[in-house]
Amino acid sequence: MHADVRTITELARQIRAGTLSAESATEQCLARIAECDRDINAFITVTADQARAQAREADRELEAGRDRGPLHGVPISLKDLIDMRGTPTTAASRVRAGHVATTDALVTTRLREAGAVFVGKTNLHEFAFGTTNEDSAYGPVHHPLDVTRSPGGSSGGSAASVLAGMAYASIGTDTGGSIRIPSSVCGLVGLKPHLGEIPIDGVVPLSTLLDHVGPLCRSVEDAGIVYHALRGVTNPPPIRARDVAGLRLGVPQPYFMDLLDEDVRAAFDAMLQRLSRAGAAIEDVAIPHASYAPPIYVHLALPEAAAYHAPTLESQPDDYSAPVRLRIETGRYILAEDYVRALHGREALIADVNAALAGRDGLLLPTMTIPAQKLGATTVSLGGTEEPVRNAMLRLTQPFNITGHAAISIPCGKTREGLPIGAQIVASQTAAVLEIAAALERPLEQ
Amino acid sequence: MTVSVWLEHAIQDAERRKLPELKPLLEALARSTSALRAADWNRDLSGASGTTSSPNAR
Repeated sequence: MHADVRTITELARQIRAGTLSAESATEQCLARIAECDRDINAFITVTADQARAQAREADRELEAGRDRGPLHGVPISLKDLIDMRGTPTTAASRVRAGHVATTDALVTTRLREAGAVFVGKTNLHEFAFGTTNEDSAYGPVHHPLDVTRSPGGSSGGSAASVLAGMAYASIGTDTGGSIRIPSSVCGLVGLKPHLGEIPIDGVVPLSTLLDHVGPLCRSVEDAGIVYHALRGVTNPPPIRARDVAGLRLGVPQPYFMDLLDEDVRAAFDAMLQRLSRAGAAIEDVAIPHASYAPPIYVHLALPEAAAYHAPTLESQPDDYSAPVRLRIETGRYILAEDYVRALHGREALIADVNAALAGRDGLLLPTMTIPAQKLGATTVSLGGTEEPVRNAMLRLTQPFNITGHAAISIPCGKTREGLPIGAQIVASQTAAVLEIAAALERPLEQ
Repeated sequence: MTVSVWLEHAIQDAERRKLPELKPLLEALARSTSALRAADWNRDLSGASGTTSSPNAR
């Protein structure tokens, strides 16, 4: 990434102005990978030769008058759960040793058609089955701002690649928060589009009922550009930021605000005050079944994962990392009747969130209860109790995987140690979360 | 099947499969299942719905 050109929007402008080429932007990303990735470990596979060839072709096309839209010639990375023809899809697991994708995932095809340049496949928590990126056959990913900390997960390599300037955007997946969590921890914008909007064909599943594909970027505008490309729309209209004055936002109170790190609470409260001063109406709302989100999630996601992994749990059990293998094994013990209860719970939670959104533009809450944690940490002190790090990280994102509502994480402040904190916007439509996020991004920059 | 009977069978099966390290995960899952079954959206032939006690287990 060029030191002064940090967003897709700016790179696209400079490419068309002739002040930067796709080839030079790609070389700069590859140079950053060579310079920093030994310490960060964001990439499992770097596709330098392919990227150079794609970038040169992108430049040739522009010279010939063919403009594929704002992603044309932009270097991006793909989470290594997403198929890219001719390269391995490792899922960060030894279980997948020897795999080479013979075709592109549908989202990869759409990104190619939009002119994106693929610099490589990023590291993740094995099979996306965790939030810290510590369980990976390729070693943990380190936070670019503090290599003793986790960048979050499971799309941790994706977030680290963007934060460290090794790509202008990354494509991640989100089953319980795996786009929004690392985006929050790394100070990025991470979008989970509405369930079912973006195809998951060619993406290694965790739970097809809850899996979402979406972008991690440096700005809301960039997230909109990549989101539209993932939908197959290569020349999208610009996002029209809503007017903050007049926005009506619900802040879910019980459960969501019960356990928050002090600095997260302070940053979020300061954000609410700024928005109120700017004329937004901020109202407390309740989501009565929110505290059931963890049991609903477990009883949906684990049996689905167990079904997908059943053959390799038998044939290659030792090729899984022990924590991931055991969690998937647990799914084999869940009774069908409890899976059905969880499906009914999902409907109850959807009804709750729809009721909370009625008459409002969206919901606003912190993305995570905690900031970036030290690698190796297993518990965190919150509200006087010791909580497992995994539960603390998933607590505020997981409910919206269950309900399928669109959700985005945007930066909203920093801890006293300078670690990023994210705020989450939830709405019925992806376009709405982008328009609200674009509005909130501006006052926050002041 | 009650959660306690289910848990007993699950632990026995895990031990038979030489996976004793599953025991704490299954115990956590049992707490989560109890919470799920107690939820107020559940309806069954007994005519009773669950309670609304807050589930802390996961």
